[in-house]
Amino acid sequence: MPPVLELRGITKRFPGVLANDRIDLTLNEGEILALLGENGAGKTTLMNVLYGLYTPDEGEIYVRGAKVDIHDPNDAISQGIGMVHQHFMLVPVFTVTENVMLGVESVRAGVFLDQDVAAARIREISSRFGLEVDPDAVVENLPVGVQQRVEIIKILYREADILILDEPTAVLTPQEAEDLFEIIRSLVAQGKSVIFITHKLKEVLAIADRITVLRDGRVAGSTACREATEASLAKMMVGREVILTVAKTPAQPGETVLEVQGLHVLDDRGSIAVNDASLHVRAGEVLGIAGVQGNGQTQLVEALTGLRRVERGKVTVLGQDTTHATPREITELGAAHVPEDRQQDGLVLPFPVGDNLVLNTYYVPPFANGVVLQQNEIDEAARERVERFDVRTPSIFVPTSTLSGGNQQKVIVAREFSRPIQLLIASQPTRGLDVGSIEYIHQRILHKRDEGTAVLLVSPELDEVISLSDRIAVMYEGQILATLPAEQATRERLGLLMAGVREASKAQVPA
Amino acid sequence: MSEKLETPSTDEASNEMERTGLRRLLVRGGALRSALLPILAVFTALIIGAVIMAVSSPDVIAAWRQVSQNPRGALSITWGTIRDAYMALFEGSFGNPARIIRAIDTMRETGESRELLEALRPFSESLVIATPYIFAGLAVALGFRGGLFNIGAEGQLFVGGLASVYIGYSISGLPRYVHLPLALLAGMLAGAIWGAIPGLLKARTGAHEVINTIMMNYIAFRLTDHLLQGPMARPDRLPITPEIKPSAYLPSLLPRPVRLHVGFFLALATAAVVYWFLWKTTRGFEIRMVGANPRAARYAGVHIIATTVLTMALSGALAGLAGANQVLGLDHRLVRAFSTGYGFDSIALALLGNSHPLGVVLSSLLFGFLRGGAARMQSVANVPVEIIRIIQGIVIVFVAAPAIIRAIYRLRVVREEETLLVRGWGS
Repeated sequence: MPPVLELRGITKRFPGVLANDRIDLTLNEGEILALLGENGAGKTTLMNVLYGLYTPDEGEIYVRGAKVDIHDPNDAISQGIGMVHQHFMLVPVFTVTENVMLGVESVRAGVFLDQDVAAARIREISSRFGLEVDPDAVVENLPVGVQQRVEIIKILYREADILILDEPTAVLTPQEAEDLFEIIRSLVAQGKSVIFITHKLKEVLAIADRITVLRDGRVAGSTACREATEASLAKMMVGREVILTVAKTPAQPGETVLEVQGLHVLDDRGSIAVNDASLHVRAGEVLGIAGVQGNGQTQLVEALTGLRRVERGKVTVLGQDTTHATPREITELGAAHVPEDRQQDGLVLPFPVGDNLVLNTYYVPPFANGVVLQQNEIDEAARERVERFDVRTPSIFVPTSTLSGGNQQKVIVAREFSRPIQLLIASQPTRGLDVGSIEYIHQRILHKRDEGTAVLLVSPELDEVISLSDRIAVMYEGQILATLPAEQATRERLGLLMAGVREASKAQVPA
Repeated sequence: MSEKLETPSTDEASNEMERTGLRRLLVRGGALRSALLPILAVFTALIIGAVIMAVSSPDVIAAWRQVSQNPRGALSITWGTIRDAYMALFEGSFGNPARIIRAIDTMRETGESRELLEALRPFSESLVIATPYIFAGLAVALGFRGGLFNIGAEGQLFVGGLASVYIGYSISGLPRYVHLPLALLAGMLAGAIWGAIPGLLKARTGAHEVINTIMMNYIAFRLTDHLLQGPMARPDRLPITPEIKPSAYLPSLLPRPVRLHVGFFLALATAAVVYWFLWKTTRGFEIRMVGANPRAARYAGVHIIATTVLTMALSGALAGLAGANQVLGLDHRLVRAFSTGYGFDSIALALLGNSHPLGVVLSSLLFGFLRGGAARMQSVANVPVEIIRIIQGIVIVFVAAPAIIRAIYRLRVVREEETLLVRGWGS
């Protein structure tokens, strides 16, 4: 039997870039194929070719042994190919049913929407594949993981049997990711075939049957999952040996730099997000905050950096009360902030790389003389930082939006790390980054620690928190349930705390 | 292209280019690239204007009725109509080159300058029309850069004119170097206040500046009406203000009939200052930061409320200068409806000029020349003035919808952010 899908020699050029270079790819029926590669390796381009969003310059596509031409997504859908994009294509104010039937509406008497028929089919699809969802729920009220299920239902509703999932776990909590894997397994068990695009090694090993690795637009290798290890995949992805575990010396903690007492903070809707949180971070140590996303970490960091109002409690930085200080006052005390959402908060994307490298220091000498910007000084500092932090950019004058995610994050790191800082607040510093960049940013953070900077690290990635932190605090529903020394913090213990299970009081180390 | 492509790090050649500044010009300003679209938009609009002229001309229609008998004639009449119209437009906006050269010769031989001034008058008139466009266009452009849509330039222009004219006629005995700056300053200040109010409302309460600047326009218009009917009316109670003292005049550069005055050069200088301010000062950097990404600006320590108010105040001050320019340079008093929508047209100019001071100057000159030549086009070539309005409108449509121009000329899309306009309406 021919493979359900076969790509032969796909080549796609963009001005100045060879995004896909003679790529061959095979997908068998009932198989989960992981397409692995760093950001910019050409994964998404290849899938957009397959989905008809790009026309390949060369190469052929075969579906069940027959050569097909795919010019637009409608062609792809009629060949049974469906795609779940990284960013969902849903109408937030519509119900699940309305979203699913959008474009393929069932109608009565020619004009009246027949939502009942559609809802019934959605229920049937959900129960068949374990995709739990309420057809009448309004999409904007659903958690991200459920919205993703709606996307999957959408393509199953259109009778796709080849499913492409583009970085599906990027937006999910670990538990939601587990649920998704269950769904994928149930899909292939019933004869569907899945291409799973990712740059996360652990996921690939957990879910895939076969793995194809892309690097610089070419196939770097294909392997059966059982023959692959994290190290072998990382090497294939990056093209060199990668250190996956961070080598770290014991911390030499000094005086307390950040002290938080009984902090209360509200979220945008006015409900309590941080509830009586207390913690402290000393110079030369990393305090990691673990916790499932959405348990108040975002608001905690915003409150500490002056971006959100503190309702009650006290924050001091180096002995100074910063409870109600502005972001600039806190920065000027020697605090740096790597924000959770780099594109929204950390960068002005249309601005040149050089401007973003001085985004919060543009007004002080040598970058400004009074009110006049000293462009030569700015350019010089920017060039030096680009060089020192290995930011891959054609020049410091290109818009920051043209850089890859990893390099955008390096711009922020370069900016925050190249001034003297006593306190570093890093929120999800490696979110969405590839292996090479993660390795680099982890090393930089530890390097800062060893220089005597107090580091507060917030991350939903448990591995990241465990490998970098000297002490770990677990946040659950706005509270800090416990703070543990790293050597006592096993995954199991942290996992229970993250789920809200309190320990016996003797185990609690005061924050 | 959702997947960003890694670009190679700087090599020596590009370093060399950076040092020479060539690359800096091309990459940073992107001047050539960002000028291409407006230029093509104008070019295409002129062609469409030609088609409209042809199909609406009775002569051309008559000729095409008999196209089977005389195909060559139909074509040549069509061509002739278009050519005559655009020639008239050109002469109306720049003057007749032959006449100018002859006039120069006459002056050389006889010392008689009247003929030269007459010959230069069309050109001067175009610049006179362009002057308030530059001021008001800069006002809107500065707002756009700060992420604010200042629809209130017209109202700010009115209060600017009112304040300037008041200082101009009510004070006497001052030397020009005190009186004129004072009058200009009053216009700026009034405009700044008129702009700062919606700015403050926006920053403090989130009230959308589009709504509030429109409301401020109405207040400005009715305030003008009220003042002209009483407090500021001429002694004979006509709805006209008294004439300003000559010491508050923006001086003319040449004798009549050339009306060109210092205001035009003041406008050019203002454009340079706005450029310097936005790109070379910390305050300008803050304004652009807030405009491009307010969340990042807040993260970087920028005071959003103060910056929003400052942006609107500066925008209003520039629009106020447009009003001051009209009363101090041209009319020397204020009459009802003394602006014919300069403040509204300036929104289009800021768009056309990509919210860049140089772009605003160039598009203002373009509109000045189009408007300046329109009258002659009507009188000489018998083409209605409205054609110019149509051409202006088409230019704006093309600039606002660049996809049309890209499709016509098969231009590639240039990355993502190619122009920065305003954030979403709901923001």
